[in-house]
Amino acid sequence: MKWNRRHVLDTDDWSREEIETVLDQTRAMIEILQRPIRRAPPLRGRTVILFFAEASTRTRVSFELAAKALSADVTNITASGSSVEKGESLYDTVRTLQALGGDVVVMRHASSGAPYFVAERTDAAVINAGDGWHAHPTQGLLDAYTLRDAVGDLEGKRVVIVGDVLHSRVARSDINTLLPLGARITLAGPPTLIPLAWRCGQLPPGVTYESDLDRALDGADAVIALRLQRERQESGLLPSLREYSRVWGLTADRVARMRPGAPVMHPGPMNEGIEIDASVAHGARSLIETQVTNGVAVRMALLYLLAAGAGGPGSLEERA
Amino acid sequence: MERDRDLSLLAIVGIRARGDALAARIQAAIRANEGVDLPLGAIDITLYRDDLTRIGYAPVVRESEIPFSVDGRVVVLVDDVLFTGRTIRGAMDALVDYGRPRAIRLAVLVDRGHRELPIRADFVGKNVPTAPGDDVRVHLSEVDGRDEVEVVTRVPA
Repeated sequence: MKWNRRHVLDTDDWSREEIETVLDQTRAMIEILQRPIRRAPPLRGRTVILFFAEASTRTRVSFELAAKALSADVTNITASGSSVEKGESLYDTVRTLQALGGDVVVMRHASSGAPYFVAERTDAAVINAGDGWHAHPTQGLLDAYTLRDAVGDLEGKRVVIVGDVLHSRVARSDINTLLPLGARITLAGPPTLIPLAWRCGQLPPGVTYESDLDRALDGADAVIALRLQRERQESGLLPSLREYSRVWGLTADRVARMRPGAPVMHPGPMNEGIEIDASVAHGARSLIETQVTNGVAVRMALLYLLAAGAGGPGSLEERA
Repeated sequence: MERDRDLSLLAIVGIRARGDALAARIQAAIRANEGVDLPLGAIDITLYRDDLTRIGYAPVVRESEIPFSVDGRVVVLVDDVLFTGRTIRGAMDALVDYGRPRAIRLAVLVDRGHRELPIRADFVGKNVPTAPGDDVRVHLSEVDGRDEVEVVTRVPA
């Protein structure tokens, strides 16, 4: 298939074929990460700029490892300790990035849509590593890869997403990626943390809302617990953390309501004891560490697709 | 493509997408004649191509499978057509990322000449003289449904 995307900003308009292309390339990248020498040369001489204007450990490190495994040069720009702290505007930062000549800019920003602003003003390929409440496409793709690897074809499989859907870019990207692969989604969480239209029944096809977690989990094929974003909580959305944990926390008893062996995922970082019990997070069904490992391979696949080839962001073609 | 060496050190690695099928045939032939199952692997060299920054697209990467340690082994690389030698260079680079083979040998079905790198095959099925612009197409029943080698001569327009 042809790969014609220059940027990875959101997966909401991706076809099933595009998603599957990335997942197939991810499988080849995982093999590289299992070699004694975890490095291949396709991005030699290319520069990847990691521009993280919002806190992140695993996503930034994951991208850094991915870029290095493909032999790219990696430069970090963080908000603290850079000119952003001195009041530099996003526009000025973009102009600087442009002048530095990176081939790919991986960016995280607290403002939804910021990667679109950058993509329009630079020659580099832009990968959205999380923007505000909007999207986190690489997380959606790595969750899709991890799920498909664990439970097989996702056609007709029912995946529960539980927690703070309202503030969660991960939930939106998971939905965007899993639906085209044939999965059905059940959202669960306190009504105040579900977008108003969704709570009132105006849900995308294939998505349902369930106000009781036990019922949502009955017979489910997998569950993704979202992080309770305490830094994004406006007062009044939740009575208390203890109540949230009691009503919406994943416990061993609750997880047992799913199909036997159905996996548990979490994008991290976890609030253990709030949205997920330690026994579940580290239990036999947990794929949470696998998600982290797969994340590097998914990001390698995207960096390769965007940055290999002379035209920079080019198209994927079958070799004769 | 038989040889009198210590079979216990040998391994066969085919280069995707047709060398791996040929490698499997060689392994089966050795099993039938010698009763020995040699370790078999497949390698994809896409990420090691030296023209990645020159061609206009990112070619599909296939999964490599080397389910044994190459350390200390004599690895026989297998490919369908030997032409410029660039694929073989990529395969050697890829292989040494898996360890340090005692030796790397090269077996090809067709050697069509026109090398651009100092590489030669240890075992050749057939030498086929060609012009640089010709196309040598190997069809294998595992991949293409028939066994055939075609030489397509480019007619100047």
